[in-house]
Amino acid sequence: MSIAATQKRGFGAVLWDYLTTVDHKKIGILYLIGGGFFFLLGGLEALFIRIQLLVPENDFISAGLYNEMFTMHGTTMIFLAVMPLLLGLMNYIMPLQIGARDVAFPFLNSLGFWLFLFGGLLLNCSWFLGGAPDAGWTAYTPLSLQSPGHGIDFYVMGLQLSGAGTLIGGINFLVTIVTMRAPGMTYMRMPLFTWTTFVTSVLILFAFPALTVNLFLLMFDRMFGSAFFDVALGGNTVIWQHLFWIFGHPEVYILILPAFGVFSEVFPTFSKKRLFGYTAMVFATILIAFLGFMVWAHHMFTVGLGPVANSIFAIATMAIAVPTGIKIFNWLATMWGGSITINSSMLWALAFIPTFTIGGMTGVMLASAVADYQYHDTYFVVAHFHYVMVGGTVFGIFAALHYWWPKMFGRILHEGMGKFTFWTFFIGFHLTFFIQHFLGLMGMPRRYWVFLEDQGLDTGNLVSSIGAFLMAIAVIVFLINIIYTAAKGTKAPADPWDGRALEWAISSPPPYYNFKQTPLVRGLDPLWIEKMEGKGKVTPAEPVDDIHMPNSSFVPFIMTFGFFVASFGFIYQVDHSAWLIAVYVGMGIALGAMAYRSLKDDHGHHVTKEELEREAD
Amino acid sequence: MKDWMGKSKAIFLLGSLALILAGCGQENLSALIPKGYGAETSMDLIILSTIIMTFVFIVVILVFVIVLSRFRKKKGQENYIPKQVEGSKTLETVWTVIPIVLVIILAVPTVTATFDLADETGSEDGLNIEVTGNQYWWHFNYEGQEIQTSQDMYIPVGEKVHLNMMASDVIHSFWVPALSGKMDANPENENSMYIEAHEEGVYWGKCAELCGPSHSLMDFKVIAVSPEEFDQWVEDMQNVDPEAEPEDAVAQDGKAAFEENSCMGCHAIGSSPAQVGPNLTSFGDRSKIAGILEPTKENLVDWLMDPESIKPGNQMTGNYDITEEEANSIAEYLMQLQPSEITPESAGD
Ligand code: HEM
Ligand SMILES: [Cu+2]
Repeated sequence: MSIAATQKRGFGAVLWDYLTTVDHKKIGILYLIGGGFFFLLGGLEALFIRIQLLVPENDFISAGLYNEMFTMHGTTMIFLAVMPLLLGLMNYIMPLQIGARDVAFPFLNSLGFWLFLFGGLLLNCSWFLGGAPDAGWTAYTPLSLQSPGHGIDFYVMGLQLSGAGTLIGGINFLVTIVTMRAPGMTYMRMPLFTWTTFVTSVLILFAFPALTVNLFLLMFDRMFGSAFFDVALGGNTVIWQHLFWIFGHPEVYILILPAFGVFSEVFPTFSKKRLFGYTAMVFATILIAFLGFMVWAHHMFTVGLGPVANSIFAIATMAIAVPTGIKIFNWLATMWGGSITINSSMLWALAFIPTFTIGGMTGVMLASAVADYQYHDTYFVVAHFHYVMVGGTVFGIFAALHYWWPKMFGRILHEGMGKFTFWTFFIGFHLTFFIQHFLGLMGMPRRYWVFLEDQGLDTGNLVSSIGAFLMAIAVIVFLINIIYTAAKGTKAPADPWDGRALEWAISSPPPYYNFKQTPLVRGLDPLWIEKMEGKGKVTPAEPVDDIHMPNSSFVPFIMTFGFFVASFGFIYQVDHSAWLIAVYVGMGIALGAMAYRSLKDDHGHHVTKEELEREAD
Repeated sequence: MKDWMGKSKAIFLLGSLALILAGCGQENLSALIPKGYGAETSMDLIILSTIIMTFVFIVVILVFVIVLSRFRKKKGQENYIPKQVEGSKTLETVWTVIPIVLVIILAVPTVTATFDLADETGSEDGLNIEVTGNQYWWHFNYEGQEIQTSQDMYIPVGEKVHLNMMASDVIHSFWVPALSGKMDANPENENSMYIEAHEEGVYWGKCAELCGPSHSLMDFKVIAVSPEEFDQWVEDMQNVDPEAEPEDAVAQDGKAAFEENSCMGCHAIGSSPAQVGPNLTSFGDRSKIAGILEPTKENLVDWLMDPESIKPGNQMTGNYDITEEEANSIAEYLMQLQPSEITPESAGD
């Protein structure tokens, strides 16, 4: 199947192609579409929250619905929007950066995606089936145990599915980076985005099992009458919080480290300088990841763990500021003495520096346990984590999209619209969240459905809501930009930004086998090295030869569909045991698909040498 | 240290006053205007950390601005390739060591303050109040004093008051920003903290841990009065006769209706600890109805007729059946429960 043949096909064929694909690039795009969809959903939920808080004692939405809104907003943004968008970028870019033709387990890669998607859809089915989860994205017990209806059950099953997908994705990336680097690509020559993908995957590997276990305990309590969290029967509710944050704290680093990786690509490229202090950047990343596991209880300063625990976790948390500071200054030093081009991608990266610095600063402030007795569970915290997660991760995603869009889709996003999106979003963001630091200290706890009149909270909330609308406008313009670019955008060359890493050495978009010949890596920034030596092309490490590629498969989709069906069975068997049928049928489908996959040999196929030569250049 | 802190506090307060239109928020609610020991300790750390962090921010911004003004690509530089610098041991050491020093400067007072606020000496002979968080109201039991209140907690100014906290259903968090930081009330273990008010006043308290639909309406008040007034209040509360007949006929009807309609099944008047609902002994003295409504009879009737419309998900809804007329007389009766001269007004409300 040559590229020419893949281009002109009907909608049905394209759809089937995407449903069965195991190509890391297509899966990357699927993740971007899925994550993008949920991002819009989460954004809509945020808007509803902010409309409700526009004026005091508003009755735009009811108390119960409000709790569902922020629960779904938080859950969606973290699990279904931002993380998948990052996984999408990693999926697409990381194999290109290390000179690989695919990930280590293409079949699993596709399975991971479908699990995420079906998990997210399952979670959102709750809106139509009697109410969404309403105990916050943290789902603290006993509130989550006591919550009536099936909302929390959808939370449990939905996150369990999509969490399994993430775990699979993480393991896959790890194995890929360990085993599939091109000749010469030593660890200390890997681009920073690959490094952060690697470290993030390690975090996923260790953090997600804690979530899995926690969700299982809650599942058994709610669906099968166990009592892990039921105090009346000797359970303990604080255990949930420990397990949740042992997962949850690394999770925020899972969200931020890839963004750090993106910035470490964008700054050097648009400054025309190599990354300052590469080795320090790598070790800072590893250190941040390690400390990320050591500080979970800083979310629990007010739980009553006592002064010893609070002190230890306070200091450990402050320590994270050190490697993070190193990174900020190394990025600044990368630009120092460079030749800086400011385009949409670079704008997001530049804006990240002051914004994230504020988020990091408030992080250190929160780490001071006694000060946190005031900040905790207030709008100060809401402001802090949005500075980190939006000012860090979402800015990073926007920078990455503008940066790699030409590589992925062969067209350059429109600059004017890009800049408009940036400025509107940037201003809206600070308008929304800066003032929330003060709202929190002025006595506004988070997760408040209404705030009362005459408490000095009106102006701040009004300003905050206005900012949210600006961000919404920005996102709409970005969507228009995507559509416009698809129709009329300028065609992108292979290397539109004068890039440094391997992904810029192949055509935009890349052929489905990525590299006709595996490249030979001779140092950090391999493409840049070759360009400086006047070659403009990477040296191949092998002669042109047949390429082995995996076959497409519909099995991951079927398997996931089975789990999806079974989930409904688990959720509703509490009401009527007839629903156990759904459990058996669903698990039957899933296990059948697994058996089929195990028993049937699939050796993949080869792209022949002749074909490669025909398509050459 | 303290003196220096005092001055910087003034500067910080003025600064943030200028910064935001609304100033530092409302005096009896804002953590930025501390009126008690715990809140002051937190405030000192908030200021210290803000100063350190502002310093860091300024340095970052300074470098950032220089970089952006000096190193933009200029016309005619299209083919200019800057020197590819690998790194610099010296520079990187500098920006490793300085943050470490800054963190230590913040860590030491943090640890000191953490232990300070966890200090429980004096709790044996001091005033102990057992605090119970419920969906969506607070219960206060003055240990050893046979006094039960709900929603309003009276304390004497200038005295360490020890709070022993639990939750009866889900986790709540006790927070009176102007007096002290928050502490969770868990269903399985007792947490303790102390508060100390430096000035008389009615301080707003909030529940800070999501506890259900009416989480945002779980307000309460801490009423700090002079020690003499407090003693007076204690005496008045201990002398309440729960059986006392009200004087006028409507209120008498109200009392009868209150007893007939099993209101007593959940509520209590006097010192017996109410289990399901708030203790109503000093209801007529309360600064708010249900923690949030102005204390008028109309509001009370509205509450009795349909609590769900005011606090969604509360435990009172649907547990009794009364007519508008009965509600009216019950309201009359309850508003007359004013056992003490010491009311929120005594604290300047
Ligand atoms: C960009 C537009 C966004 C706006 C206007 C927005 C607004 C809000 C608001 C008003 C809340 C509720 C605060 C409360 O009552 O506790 C909230 C909560 C939250 N947001 Fe956002 N948000 C945005 C983006 C994001 C993103 C990108 C993420 C994640 C990466 C995120 C994660 C969260 C989380 C975790 C919560 C807490 C939910 C909970 O309390 O259970 N938000 N957001
Ligand atoms: Cu609450």
